[in-house]
Amino acid sequence: MHISPTIKKTLRVSKTCFLRKLVIASIAVLGYHHGALAAPSTAEVNTTGLAVTDDTVKVGILHSVTGTMAISETGSVQAEKLAIKQINEMGGVLGRKIEYIQEDGASDWPTFAEKSRKLLVNDKVAAVFGCWTSASRKAVLPVFEQYNGMLYYPTFYEGLEQSPNVIYTGQEATQQIIAGIDWVVKEKGAKKFFLLGSDYIWPRTSNKIARKHIEKLGLKVVGEEYYPLGHTQFNSVINKIKLKKPDVIYAIVVGGSNVAFYKQLKAAGIDMTKEKPVLLTISVTEDEIRGIGGENIDGAYAAMKYFQSLDNPNNAEFVKNFKAMWGDDIVIGDVTQAAYLGPWLWKAAVEKAGSFDIDKIKEASPGIELTTAPEGYVRVHENHHLWSKTRIGLAKKDGQYQVIYETEELMEPDPFPEGYQ
Amino acid sequence: MFADYTTTELVSIFAMQGFAGLILFSVFVLMALGLAIIFGQMGVINMAHGEFMILGAYITYIISNLFSSYLPGLFDLYFFLAMIVAFFATAALGALVEWGMIRHLYRRPLDTLLATWGLSLILQQIYRSVFGAREVGVSLPDWLMGSVPLSDMIEIPINGLFVMGLTIIISVSIYLLMFRSRWGSQVRAVVQNRPMAAAVGINTEKTDRRTFALGCGIAGIAGSAFTMIGSTGPTAGQLYIVDTFLVVVFGGAQSLVGTIASAFTISQSQSTMEFFLSGSMAKVLTLLVVVGILMLRPQGLFALKMRH
Amino acid sequence: MSRVEIRSYFPKSDLVNFAVLACLILIVLPLSMDIFRLNLVGKYLTYAFVALGLVLCWGYGGILSLGQGIFFGLGGYCMAMFLKLEASDPESTKIQSTPGIPDFMDWNQLTELPWFWEPFYSLPFTIIAVLIVPTIFAYIIGVAMFKRRVGGVYFAIITQAVASILTILIIGQQGYTGGVNGITDLRTLLGWDIRTDSAKYFLYYLNAILLFACLFFAQWVRKSKLGRILLAMREREDRVRFSGYDVSNFKIFVFCLGAAFSAIGGAMFTLQVGFMSPSFVGIVPSIEMVIFCAVGGRMSIFGAIYGTLLVNWAKTTFSESFPELWLFAMGALFIGVVMAFPGGLAGLYTDKVLPFCKKFIQKTRSGKKPQQIKVGPPKNDELASPDLAAVK
Repeated sequence: MHISPTIKKTLRVSKTCFLRKLVIASIAVLGYHHGALAAPSTAEVNTTGLAVTDDTVKVGILHSVTGTMAISETGSVQAEKLAIKQINEMGGVLGRKIEYIQEDGASDWPTFAEKSRKLLVNDKVAAVFGCWTSASRKAVLPVFEQYNGMLYYPTFYEGLEQSPNVIYTGQEATQQIIAGIDWVVKEKGAKKFFLLGSDYIWPRTSNKIARKHIEKLGLKVVGEEYYPLGHTQFNSVINKIKLKKPDVIYAIVVGGSNVAFYKQLKAAGIDMTKEKPVLLTISVTEDEIRGIGGENIDGAYAAMKYFQSLDNPNNAEFVKNFKAMWGDDIVIGDVTQAAYLGPWLWKAAVEKAGSFDIDKIKEASPGIELTTAPEGYVRVHENHHLWSKTRIGLAKKDGQYQVIYETEELMEPDPFPEGYQ
Repeated sequence: MFADYTTTELVSIFAMQGFAGLILFSVFVLMALGLAIIFGQMGVINMAHGEFMILGAYITYIISNLFSSYLPGLFDLYFFLAMIVAFFATAALGALVEWGMIRHLYRRPLDTLLATWGLSLILQQIYRSVFGAREVGVSLPDWLMGSVPLSDMIEIPINGLFVMGLTIIISVSIYLLMFRSRWGSQVRAVVQNRPMAAAVGINTEKTDRRTFALGCGIAGIAGSAFTMIGSTGPTAGQLYIVDTFLVVVFGGAQSLVGTIASAFTISQSQSTMEFFLSGSMAKVLTLLVVVGILMLRPQGLFALKMRH
Repeated sequence: MSRVEIRSYFPKSDLVNFAVLACLILIVLPLSMDIFRLNLVGKYLTYAFVALGLVLCWGYGGILSLGQGIFFGLGGYCMAMFLKLEASDPESTKIQSTPGIPDFMDWNQLTELPWFWEPFYSLPFTIIAVLIVPTIFAYIIGVAMFKRRVGGVYFAIITQAVASILTILIIGQQGYTGGVNGITDLRTLLGWDIRTDSAKYFLYYLNAILLFACLFFAQWVRKSKLGRILLAMREREDRVRFSGYDVSNFKIFVFCLGAAFSAIGGAMFTLQVGFMSPSFVGIVPSIEMVIFCAVGGRMSIFGAIYGTLLVNWAKTTFSESFPELWLFAMGALFIGVVMAFPGGLAGLYTDKVLPFCKKFIQKTRSGKKPQQIKVGPPKNDELASPDLAAVK
């Protein structure tokens, strides 16, 4: 919908209520004449002074483009831009085109806090899609709560958090772990587990939940090991694994360590395509496999909610569009898909609330459904996490997962799981 | 903790663990030899050493792609060519850096630290712009990725053997080059007394440039070899830098033998501790012990006896 | 101290510098910026404490520490522990299984506060700890290193290793330290909300005043006999030693002083930014802080502050408009400063902007870079030999 600059100017200078109403009315008429859906007036949908004009709405994208985390966050930026582009092609949100302001968190947590403050205070964006690591989310969280912003956070994470200002579009820990372990116990007859992770909060919390669940099932954890982030020598732990002979290696290694771990595991003669040990991971998406090399992780299992190879019409469409925008050789991992959901969930919430106001979106968000999600159907829970299915993928040589199992029901998000802490 | 295992299992595990320590040792030596030449012999604190290694890794990546598209028949052998190209490419970059930057800073060793740190940032961003922010997967010939089973428990990773062999070859070549060749004696002369070396007719500038290039070239080979065991990404080089410097300093910066001895000590203690403790604590303890010993014996394990 | 003495510590030119800086920080910046930008400047100024400490350690003492982040972090963590305890009163943490302890402890199954957290309920103790803990830590490192005459490159690398040990420890012991996320969500100081705009103004000015206090102290060190001994030591350590001075004690002192400055900066950082995380303890931030100092001019206490402001301002602007180019710019800055302007901004100012003061400047600079004024053949220990530089 186009509004001539003169009308905009009139809108700005008009002092009397009467004149303003007149102008708004004329805009509505204009909209009608353009044949577009008449958009509700800005004064109605934006009572808190967000960056919403009559034909645009500004949102923020806040990820690391530089620094060590750029490796992981690139996919999320691409997915969010794709979603925004598609929404704009469909006519935008409440008749307003989305304009995004992209900021670089530079893999540095205070920079994330600083940039989120800039987006909320200076740019007055209506929503922010961003953050990846827990540390960056923890850094921006107080900012979002103080200035009342809306954050759509895409990564699977450790849980233990629930903020009204955040919609968590990835899984919290129990959604990934419990169904995965149940599956490996049932299908592979696993009895002994070896837990392994990079040394920080997500792997430690996840392994804790895994251990509680394993012990609840009456099974045994034979080892638990953590290595510093960026560690590249895993021969010792591989020897320990050989000694303990677990049925399942439960690996939550992240980043560059991942590559080293899987290459060394293969070189040490642990063949994951054999019956035992089974390797189950919750940290390796298709993105990571590109670095590891498909032949090095062939035969491993991953518990996620999304795999690129997922066979449904939504996903076929999504993969096609993603490749059209970002190139054919790109791969799409779990987090990328979750990031893609952010703008769509926000759009749905705005439309349900009929307003861009943050408080109304917060209220409207629970219960929002998305039937067009690449992963299938998702719904926002009261606790601002998503109901979604857990799936098990089998890693293939070509770097893709073959989906071999999915839970029948949507898994309920439970960021503060009773009895698992 | 050993009560649950049979003697054969224990023997196998100790054998395996010893071998793991040897692999770590080779990795350390490969990382550190280039730096030992640059830092130990020339006094240049090259913070971009990790980035030179990653350049070698990226070159391996490029060559593996070239081979798989144009010469798939010879793919099994590309790795040797990749290492040679990696050596010359990083050495060329090293010579360029020496010419443009380092040679102006020989009298200010601490400033080389800052300048090369700046260089490392620029290299990282170049890698990111050229190869993308994500890690690249270097596909390796199959024969490099397997393992040789010696018994039920003991399996020797072939890439480990390869790294060990490479380490031996490079160490021996450097020994011959530094201590048995004319060029080596020139380098040592320049290191020990620059004005005197210049006075007897050694072209010190040329010697410096070649020494620096050699150090960088070895980093390139190391990077190329590490594609077998580690990751290749724009910032992967930073993972190596602290360990590498510690190995060199711990050995006594000017002594190449010291570097090897220190790599051996650190790797064996780290891999032993890793077996008994958790990975993070083993790392912390190793670093603490190294720092502690350096405080007691600041000149490192092998100090060169020289009149100051 | 008599008036004459005071004048000798604060010569006219330095008084002008103080006045200009005070004018900029206390008046011009707060008037010309909104609170969001001013808060950013406040954050940058906390790094200036570190840069100031580095001027004394590195510029004057010749000790390059690549681990100043350790002290910045320790100071910041001490402050964060106090604020976190205040934020974790039993009322606001009642959903936890153990109310009254910080949330991250609860997630890690701690059921009571660790003993070393207990004293941080007290603000006076916290303030003392902010100053004392990093200083003691620096003292231990200093004694161990300088008494054994470790210096130069060796010292730089060992401090770097210590920084990396501390980072691994903080991240690994997340039940006690908050792990990689750090200590976050800090809200109030003795009931006073530190997140409001007025609090931000207050903290900005408090920060500025503390910075000036440190500046005055640094100026005193610089102009006193201590400063001259430090310079002499940097140039010819053995001769100072032969003259009967205990060189290591001076080094330890100036290293501890730099640590204490950094710690104040860290504590102010926590107050203004609202959290503390291990990413300030590591190697990368430590080296970045060295570059702030180098850009400003390693011999100039004022330069350190301008350098910090300039680099950070450039970082923020660049990364807003061209995030991809930022690392190129930063890298070029490192190389350019070292190669072309070893004196940094301050050197540029004195060399180019104040050519008429040349005589005066040469007098103060002549001790600084003997290598630029070639007098006779270079001495043996100026040559590229880290061993010699390190262990004299």
